[in-house]
Amino acid sequence: MTLELKGVTKSVDGQIHIHPTDMTLEQGTMNVLLGPTLSGKTSLMRLMAGLDAPGSGRVYWRGEDVTGMRVQDRKVAMVYQQFINYPSMTVYDNIASPMRLLGIETAEIDRRVRESADLMQLGPMLDRKPLELSGGQQQRCALARALVKDAGLVLLDEPLANLDYKLREELRIEIPKIFEAAGSIFVYATTEPEEALLLGGKVATLWEGRITQFGPTPEVYRQPVDATTARVFSDPPMNFLPISKTGNRIMFGDGQSAAAAGKLADLEDGRYTAGFRPNHLEIGRHAADAMEFRTTLSVTELTGSETFVHLDHHGERWVGLIHGVHDLSLGEELSVWLDPRHVYIFAEDGGLVAPAAYALAA
Amino acid sequence: MAKITLDNLAHSYLPAPTSEADFALKELNHDWEDGAAYALLGSSGCGKSTLLNIISGLLQPSQGRILFDGNDVTHAPTTERNIAQVFQFPVVYDTMTVRDNLAFPLRNRGRDEAYVAQRVQEIARMIGMEDTLRRKARGLTADAKQKISLGRGMVRQDVNALLFDEPLTVIDPHMKWELRTQLKTLHRDFGHTMIYVTHDQTEALTFADKVVVMYDGRVVQIGTPEELFERPEHTFVGYFIGSPGMNVIPADVQGKRAVVNGSEIPLGQAYRPPQGKVEIGVRPEYARLSQTEGLPVQVRRVEDVGRHKIIRADFFGQDINIIAGEDDRVSADMNRVTFDADHVNVYANDWRVEGEAA
Repeated sequence: MTLELKGVTKSVDGQIHIHPTDMTLEQGTMNVLLGPTLSGKTSLMRLMAGLDAPGSGRVYWRGEDVTGMRVQDRKVAMVYQQFINYPSMTVYDNIASPMRLLGIETAEIDRRVRESADLMQLGPMLDRKPLELSGGQQQRCALARALVKDAGLVLLDEPLANLDYKLREELRIEIPKIFEAAGSIFVYATTEPEEALLLGGKVATLWEGRITQFGPTPEVYRQPVDATTARVFSDPPMNFLPISKTGNRIMFGDGQSAAAAGKLADLEDGRYTAGFRPNHLEIGRHAADAMEFRTTLSVTELTGSETFVHLDHHGERWVGLIHGVHDLSLGEELSVWLDPRHVYIFAEDGGLVAPAAYALAA
Repeated sequence: MAKITLDNLAHSYLPAPTSEADFALKELNHDWEDGAAYALLGSSGCGKSTLLNIISGLLQPSQGRILFDGNDVTHAPTTERNIAQVFQFPVVYDTMTVRDNLAFPLRNRGRDEAYVAQRVQEIARMIGMEDTLRRKARGLTADAKQKISLGRGMVRQDVNALLFDEPLTVIDPHMKWELRTQLKTLHRDFGHTMIYVTHDQTEALTFADKVVVMYDGRVVQIGTPEELFERPEHTFVGYFIGSPGMNVIPADVQGKRAVVNGSEIPLGQAYRPPQGKVEIGVRPEYARLSQTEGLPVQVRRVEDVGRHKIIRADFFGQDINIIAGEDDRVSADMNRVTFDADHVNVYANDWRVEGEAA
């Protein structure tokens, strides 16, 4: 049981929203669409659901061509960022409504409503109206209604974006459990890398209407195929540094250089971009062959257990996430170190030339 | 800029409140120091917007006074309080250019055009919109519009305070970084008194010198990010700050040890047996899985969340979380957990109990 997109595209008023896209979603998988606003997440979901017809390409559901088929005729459930419930109906009736439309018998409806309400911790609230619930409960009601349809395809478009931070944290733990119990294809759109990591499953990174990579979440995180994917899948953003290699030296563009150690020794001479994650920058040398960078500290932010340092490295803006609470003077020079095992090397066109060594070991 | 004093302040939305439970904002005394950056943190319904609306003058408190530099402004309208506000959703005049939007608060107060031009240019540079000054605001992205709102909030240098009500909610994660850093820089450069309301702990902790944590209409702790992390005064603070939050485990406490289900957990300090509901609180960052040391624990799930792993485990029938490093191995024979004794806090009826000096 799969959903297959073959070369689907979408343009609106001459503007391309989705470039030709192939994608196969397997039954019982959680698929996260990760990308910034306007990267094409919602457009892609609407094509999957049949809410929009693709400009070209085909959509197959369980092997059957469903391109252009009305959404009403397919078993699809969708949950939006805004909690959509019927305000005049009780929670019970809200959850039951899609099944009543399908003409399912009353006893079966009752069983399924109670089952999904329990799963969503709404059991004691079945007699209330949506407006008597908290925001989190309202969204759980919308989720319960989506799940109870027993739809083969459940599309969740930033469903937690309007919720409080802590509630989001709780629902992010609940959603994978629900999804495991349901066995449907789940598609979940988010702008937040952290959310994608917490949900697990597979992730597709989107940028300007293209899927840049699609694969198991930890793999995409640690082995991005290009600089765009790495940037989309990092928060705070990945740091970049133009470098060039000549013989056995790596030049950092500011007069600094280092011996080309490890896999860097195998690179052809030329220009590249090095990329590394903020949490891999360190204050102090932790690895024998760590490279030192002299930067200027512009801003620090404390999280209580960690310190974000915003650095200027010869005009490049970097962020470091340093363990512990550090009291550092702003505007002054700060040396930071980087273990070469944590460095990705990208070609000038952005393609990955050499993955970080640590990621291959993980 | 001004010091803002809350004097016996409380608010109820009911006409005749009879008990403490009727108050959306429970009695509060606090000085917001001149020039400091504060965050007001809590979940929806905790009273943080009520407090902000009282400070801005949108709401009259049912009890107590509010002073700006010692002057009673409790009943003064918003316009007389000389404050700037930025809201959750952009408030921008679509038909005006970006320049005119930014200039609006200054022109409104009759500042001369030379000053307006210079100040608008400065602000545009800060928010990175120098190149868009001439275009109309209509059609700009939500990010760009919110940047204009932030810029307009900061364009006046003579305000008593700047109030932000969840200003980054509609902003994409990457842009959030940029805007937050800019706010931080602006605060450093101009020293406005800033109050920033949010439910997002990362925003609160990284923005503020001091974070005011609210729960159920009450301020439960005011502290630096480090204090909130290391010594949460209330179990709610332990839960709310940190991701995942602090593990709170029922225990018996006596002297330098806590007892959970007959097993001992060493503590960093000695305690007299506390009264009431006694619990220990330990952050996932200070719990460690082990093959040989500590108390038995059953690992349910290991989540790889990138820069670290979250281990969800069962500890004497209770869910606990443990954080391990990105490179740490978690093997099937790791069925014990240890807690870092110096970072185990003790709570009685949800409030932290101070240990005795060693």
